[in-house]
Amino acid sequence: MGAATMSRMSKRLIQTVAAGALLAGLAGCTAPTPWVKPYEREHFADPIMSFNRDPISNVYLEHVLETREGAHGATGAVGGGCGCN
Amino acid sequence: MQLAQGLGEARAARAGSDRLLSPFTRTLLALCVIAAPALGGVLPEDRADVMWHNYNGGDLTVEGPSVLVRKKVGDSLSLSAGYYEDMISSASIDVKLSASPYHETRKQENVGVDYLHGKTTYSMGYIHSKEPDYIANTTYYSISQDMFGDLTTVTLGYRRAWDQIFRDIKQPDGAIVNDPTFHQQADHRGYTLGISQILTRNLIADFNYELLTDQGYLANPYRKIRYLSPGQGEGFTLADQVYPNTRTSNAAGIELKYYLPWRAALTGQYRFFRDTWGIVANNVEADYTWPWRHWIFDGMVRWYTQTHADFYSDLYPYANYANFMARDRELAAFTDWTVGAGASYQFNVPGAPWISKSTANVRFDHLFIDYKDFRNALLAGEYGAGNEPLYKLNANIFQIFVSIWF
Repeated sequence: MGAATMSRMSKRLIQTVAAGALLAGLAGCTAPTPWVKPYEREHFADPIMSFNRDPISNVYLEHVLETREGAHGATGAVGGGCGCN
Repeated sequence: MQLAQGLGEARAARAGSDRLLSPFTRTLLALCVIAAPALGGVLPEDRADVMWHNYNGGDLTVEGPSVLVRKKVGDSLSLSAGYYEDMISSASIDVKLSASPYHETRKQENVGVDYLHGKTTYSMGYIHSKEPDYIANTTYYSISQDMFGDLTTVTLGYRRAWDQIFRDIKQPDGAIVNDPTFHQQADHRGYTLGISQILTRNLIADFNYELLTDQGYLANPYRKIRYLSPGQGEGFTLADQVYPNTRTSNAAGIELKYYLPWRAALTGQYRFFRDTWGIVANNVEADYTWPWRHWIFDGMVRWYTQTHADFYSDLYPYANYANFMARDRELAAFTDWTVGAGASYQFNVPGAPWISKSTANVRFDHLFIDYKDFRNALLAGEYGAGNEPLYKLNANIFQIFVSIWF
C-alpha cells in the first residue's frame, strides 16, 4: 500500500470522524435541559438588557466609526453608503 | 469634490468569498442551515424612529435626518423601511491637500422583511445608497433560530453589495460633473455567524463572526500618495494611489451584558479584526445603562487600535516606489477613543391611544483619533516633508431622536 493511498485513507478517516462527531453533536444538542428556566429570564425582557435598544442610533454610530477605521464587520449591523471625508 | 474611502470601509462590511470556504466549512454551514427550520424566534416590536444626526470634526460636517419604521403584518411577518441622509460639507485635511472643499448629499433608502415560522426567523433586505459620485446597492439575507430551550439563538447571514464609483470634476463654467473617463465598480460579499447565548439569569453573551471580501476598485479616487522630491515645492509631489483589487477580512467579536442587582446593565465588548492588507485591529468597549424614574441613561467608553496596511506610507522615498501605494489615513496605524453619553425620556402622547410608548432621546459622543504614521502634510512648508507633526482628529457626534411604539 503506497504512501499516497495511506494519506487518502487517513484523510477519509478524519473526515468521517469529524462528520460523525458533528452529527452526534447536533443530535445530542437538540433537547438539552435549559439551565435558566423561562420564569428566571425576566431580566432579559427589560429594555436595558437589549443589545440593540435603539437600532437607528446604533446603526448611525457604527457607520461613523466604520468610515474612519480600517476594521469593520462582526457588529451585527448592515450599513451602506458614506459621507466620509 | 471628495469621495470617502470610508464608503469602501462601511460597505466593506459585506464580503466573503465562497472560494475561501473549505468543503468541510461548506458542509458545516449547510448542516446549520438545514437544521435551522426545526427550531425559532420573536419578531421585532412595531416602532418608528425619527432622528437628526450631526458629525463635526476635522473641518468636516455631516448631518441630516434618518427615519426608521417597522410594522408587523399578521403574526408572522414584519416589514421595515428606512431613509437616511448625509449632507456633507468638507474642507478636511485630505480635501485641502489634493482636492477642493465641497458640499454634497448622500441619500439612502432601505427596506426589509422578517418572516417568523416556528422558532425560525427568515430575514432579507435591500439598501440603496446614492451620492453624486457613488452608487451602492446592497442585499442581505439571514436565518435565525432559537434552540436549546430558547437559551441560544444562532444566526447565519449573507450579504452582497455592488458599487459604482465615479469621479467628479469641475468644468470651466463651474459645473461639477462625473468624469466621463472614470467609471469603476466594486463587489462586496459577507458571511456572518452570530450566536446569542443566555449564560445565567443575569448574563447574556453575543458572539459574531464575519468573513468579508471586497473585489474591484477599492481606492479613493480623490486622495493621493506623496513622495519625496527635494527642491520642488514643499519637498514632496502628489501621485495617484494604487490599491490591490481584492481584500479579504476576518472579524470576530463578543459582547457580554450583565444585569446588576439595582436594575442597571453593564456591557463589555471586544472585537478582533485582521485582513489580507496587513491591518490588525482590536477594540474594547464598556457601556453602563441605568434607568431612573422616566429616564434611561447610558454611558460608554470605547478604545480602538490598528496597525497600518502593508502598502501604506505617509511619504514614499520616490515615485513608483512599489506596486501598491496608499496614503488613506484609514489605512494608517492609529489609536482612537470614543466617549459617549445618552439620555432617553419616556413620555405619554395625549390623544393618541394607539401609541403604547414614546421616548425622546439625545446622545453625544466624542471621538479622538491619534495617528501614529499620518502626518499633517499641510505643514510641510514649515517643518519639512516627513517632519510635520502627526495628525490628530477630534470629532463631536450628536444625535437627537424620537421613538414611538405602536
